[in-house]
Amino acid sequence: MKPEDKLDKGLEDKIDDLVTKKGVTRRDFMKFCGLMAATLGLEASFVPKIARAIASAPRPPVVWLQFAECTGCTEALLRTADPFIDDLLLEKVSSEYHETIMAAAGDHATACLDSAVSQYAGQFLCFVEGAVPTASGGIYGMIGNKTMLQIAREVLPQAKAVVCVGTCASFGGLPAAAGGLTGARGVRDATGISTVNMPGCPPNAVNIAALIVNYLLNNQLPGTDRYGRPNFAYGNKVHSQCPRRGTDWCLKGFGCKGPMAVHNCPSVKYNGGTSWCVQADAPCKNCTTPGFWDSMTPFFDYSGSY
Amino acid sequence: MPKKDNPKNPHNPPTDPTPPPEPTPSNGNIVIDPVTRIEGHLRVETAVAGGRVSSAWSTSPLFRGVEPILKNRDPRDAWMFTQRLCGVCTYVHGITSIRSVEDAIGVAIPEQARLIRNLLMGAQWIHDHIVHFYQLHLLDWVDITSALTADPAGAASADRQISSARNRSAAYFDGVKQRLQTFAGGGQLGPFANGYWGHPAYLLSPEENLVMMANYLEALRVQIDAAHMHGILAGKNPHPHGMIVGGVPLNKDLTSNRIGEFAGVSNKARDFVNNYYLPDATWLAARYSDYATIGGTENLMSFGEFPLGAAEPDSLYFPRGAIFNRQTSAVQPVDTGQISEHVTHSWYSGSARHPSRGQTVPDYTGINTADRYSWIKAPRYQGQPMEVGPLARVLINYGKGHGATVQVVNAFLQKAGMSLAGMYSTLGRTAARAIETKVIADVMSTWVGQLSPSPGGSEMPFRSTFTMPDAGSGVALNEAPRGALGHWLNYSGGKISNYQMVVPSTWNFGPRDSANVPGPVEQALIDTPVADESKPLEVLRVVHSFDPCIACAVHVFDPKNNQRFKVQAL
Repeated sequence: MKPEDKLDKGLEDKIDDLVTKKGVTRRDFMKFCGLMAATLGLEASFVPKIARAIASAPRPPVVWLQFAECTGCTEALLRTADPFIDDLLLEKVSSEYHETIMAAAGDHATACLDSAVSQYAGQFLCFVEGAVPTASGGIYGMIGNKTMLQIAREVLPQAKAVVCVGTCASFGGLPAAAGGLTGARGVRDATGISTVNMPGCPPNAVNIAALIVNYLLNNQLPGTDRYGRPNFAYGNKVHSQCPRRGTDWCLKGFGCKGPMAVHNCPSVKYNGGTSWCVQADAPCKNCTTPGFWDSMTPFFDYSGSY
Repeated sequence: MPKKDNPKNPHNPPTDPTPPPEPTPSNGNIVIDPVTRIEGHLRVETAVAGGRVSSAWSTSPLFRGVEPILKNRDPRDAWMFTQRLCGVCTYVHGITSIRSVEDAIGVAIPEQARLIRNLLMGAQWIHDHIVHFYQLHLLDWVDITSALTADPAGAASADRQISSARNRSAAYFDGVKQRLQTFAGGGQLGPFANGYWGHPAYLLSPEENLVMMANYLEALRVQIDAAHMHGILAGKNPHPHGMIVGGVPLNKDLTSNRIGEFAGVSNKARDFVNNYYLPDATWLAARYSDYATIGGTENLMSFGEFPLGAAEPDSLYFPRGAIFNRQTSAVQPVDTGQISEHVTHSWYSGSARHPSRGQTVPDYTGINTADRYSWIKAPRYQGQPMEVGPLARVLINYGKGHGATVQVVNAFLQKAGMSLAGMYSTLGRTAARAIETKVIADVMSTWVGQLSPSPGGSEMPFRSTFTMPDAGSGVALNEAPRGALGHWLNYSGGKISNYQMVVPSTWNFGPRDSANVPGPVEQALIDTPVADESKPLEVLRVVHSFDPCIACAVHVFDPKNNQRFKVQAL
């Protein structure tokens, strides 16, 4: 460990202060930093750096836009079982606009968005949840008398970076499935703006936290695959990580799409490591791939044996 | 990060779209758009005369169109799609779809599957209601800027007054205060920026405000535990995937340890409900007694929930029923044949129909409150607007003499100094949510004791096998956290031919009907006081008391010709 990686006195105090206010232990905090390092595929020597970034980085401004969505992605973040996720959301980033949690309403809310975009132009991180309806000029989705398409075009070019949270914002998702009437598209597709995509229905909050931690650490977003998905979370096949692979409990005869899917579900799991689809005997639906609502259905193979 | 396109992933951004409609001409009305701290997208417009709301219009500005997407798919897959109607009440639309298929094919589920489903539904209500009260509704009653001036010792004392089960120190409240000050002091208020702070309708003392803000932060943690229950029994939350037609798939993982884990988190949630949620809701009711006469509606309906056996509605733990004109003691049976959906003031052409024959032709004309102004239809029962949700369930339970509910309601009324008539109000609605959360958390502790571990070795013991007939139709009625939910399914050739959903926020947030009668929220808003038209805090209180959940409220399906729709962007 290099000397600068060690926890200095000032940082020690900050961490003590943080954990005292939370009513949790130092060990919990360092464990969380370890989880973040592991999720990001970083060596253990990064743990103190992560601790420093969380405990002392300035709060980057964040704007969270919600378009044609079900709020499941926001809920995934809110419901994740780590005591430091709410820190990340409430204290480690400055959530300038997020309709689900913000106190302000109506034109007071819109004023928050306008002021964040002008005050932090080129600096704020923009998270987008939900697809963008583009048919008929975008009239299928409106907020404050503007179409979502219009809002996307006004706000996103001002952001330092755009992160699509969930399959709808990334690739269109459910409203873009066959039969949809609204011309819903993923953000990149609808606006031509480059995005980092965190698909999943919903995506795993641990991965989003890791993306924020990575940003606090390096002031940049992680490397991605050709679909814009960060390699740290979408670099391996579900099946190759699955504890049921090669056992009698493998769900491949039941329509499991794990062999095609990339996501770190089997290692990170959901709800604080409680479980994931296959652990509950539900076949993987490959929810992180573009167009999965059409290309991965039917989701079950009832003729198969399990 | 450079804004450079990936050449391997070409895209064609839409160009030269039709311009959106002009903003509605200002007529002095108060428009709240977006209504925040809700699920989905909502616009509310009110006309104010003499300091009170004289007329109100509820608009949903988002249309996703899930039903046409369902057409021609395997009915057994439909639950995955309908589940995505809402990521908040994430279990409900999935299970109702599954039950509509089970009704169509006539399969009975194993007893253990029924139990697991009831626990999943109960966990859903507990989670939703806690989040609604603290994260979505509380800031309508609690002024965070006032909390920053509180005396921590005084807050500790107020805390014990609100519930004798609490014993938090002045140092604890000082810590909370400091945490809140990191927002205010740092200048970046984040999610708390630009609220209606300092509004004269905020009535709590600084110390009470600090206690409530402390519980806002505590609730963030507790709701995580509540979601954990879904993780244990169905793989994850939001959008639990451990669901299947014929029962539940959970097999290998249901060990006695896991059942113990579930009991642990559900007991923790129950303690929070008993010691924090219900006492806090009761305290607010006592401090904001004016709202026992503001925001009421006339008619209530519940489809009933928690089947304790195969027979419906007879075996339902929460009974099915309807109340008209606030006659709590005269609960009527529900005949779903008498439901119709009106579209006179919605952006669809056509006429009122029963959902099983629903036909929808989108016809967007911009917001015109005198004509069409929402993507939500206007459902009516026996021609009447019906409020659905916790208030409906609690008063229908009360009227039918549901023992556990009667006991909790009476205790609440006594502590809050309210009468039963006062329940038909904003306060009653907010309290009913807490009341039923206690009733459900209590009964769930009994149900958990009835769970038995998976026997192991056999194949999916909690799932009935079935053969899929080539064609069929089915109906399922459930209670989402926000109220009555019905799915109507028709399929033939193994593929969905018609799928209709009438969801809680369609009942509550629908526009006027063909007789120009306002929907429940539009009625409830009438006579709400508005002290400052630039800060319509009181309007938000009434609207939020319904717990708007709008993404599911808007859907369309044209069974005759999927392509037959037109859009007129004016």
